[in-house]
Amino acid sequence: MGFLHLFIVNKSGGLILHRPLGPAAPRIGTNEWLRIGSTFHSLHAIAAEASPVKLPGNKNSSGADDGIEQIEGGGIVLKCLQTRTGIKFVLTAEPGTPDLDMVLREIYVLYSDCTLKDPFYELEMPIRCELFTNAVDNLIERVEAGGAKTR
Amino acid sequence: MSRSSNILDRPLGRSGARSPEGSLVSLSAFAYVYSELVQYHQGRAASISELERRLESAGYGVGLKVLEMTAYRAKEAKRETRLMSILHFVSSSVWKSLFGKAADSLERSIDHTDEFMIIDYEPIASTFVSVPPDLGQLSADAYVSGIIAGVLDGAGFSARVTAHSVNVEEGEYTKQGGNSMPGMPPRKDKAVFLVKFSPEVLSRDAALER
Repeated sequence: MGFLHLFIVNKSGGLILHRPLGPAAPRIGTNEWLRIGSTFHSLHAIAAEASPVKLPGNKNSSGADDGIEQIEGGGIVLKCLQTRTGIKFVLTAEPGTPDLDMVLREIYVLYSDCTLKDPFYELEMPIRCELFTNAVDNLIERVEAGGAKTR
Repeated sequence: MSRSSNILDRPLGRSGARSPEGSLVSLSAFAYVYSELVQYHQGRAASISELERRLESAGYGVGLKVLEMTAYRAKEAKRETRLMSILHFVSSSVWKSLFGKAADSLERSIDHTDEFMIIDYEPIASTFVSVPPDLGQLSADAYVSGIIAGVLDGAGFSARVTAHSVNVEEGEYTKQGGNSMPGMPPRKDKAVFLVKFSPEVLSRDAALER
């Protein structure tokens, strides 16, 4: 049971963060990551059109754009949290890893705390905030060690 | 005075939720406003030290007013005239009214007799700030050092106050969870406010000693 990768895509489809979260995470080059990020961004949007159930205005219940929320494959689970502002938090993990939704929401909270309140962070630019990356690592450690309890 | 409908004229906080130090302000609100203040000055400063000086002068005016308000609320009959008492006033009363808790420690420098250090393990101005490596030694707490300088100047003890981020050693400070902010990892840096008094303040204090 392990987390593999976290990647964050901004509202124009550019990758602003990619981070391996555990020892099992495959090592992928930066260019590959950028490609994965923009491909996912487009697929997420297309999926809403291809879906048999079309929500009004393509917005789901939380006000964010509808699109891919989960992909399950042999050996991997991918979960995506799309925010109202168009940022996508994508988490990949081995199947059977618990609490993916909760971890995604916690990462969103950490993003709004450590990057949005940082005067040196420019919106939509690659995240270079040490506090954010340390907090994410710390969160993953706590979740892997302590099971469901993180707060 | 009638209750104005303008939100700026109304007292802060709900009337039921009054703490002894005054009403509480959300840390996030402060963090956003402070982030904009830093960005505003960064756009106008030509160097790191100029940015620090701008933040310090932004805090200076606050310090002068905080001194008056805290001294009034403390209801002390006499104003502080001795160095150690004004430093204790700053590290306990002023800190409590600004941040809700007293400063973590007050130390005197061994190498220089005119230098004192006020240490805060969780300074709120830099709670969410990650200083990029090209800005080197900049401390986001320069605003707070401006506040301290304003308080000391207003009380008649002119001093130069600078903020420094110093790494916390292992086991130096342990609080339950390691951080009062839920969800955040323990802080690696503490803020050290170095207070360097002017020579005339020291000679005056020495004269009062006799």
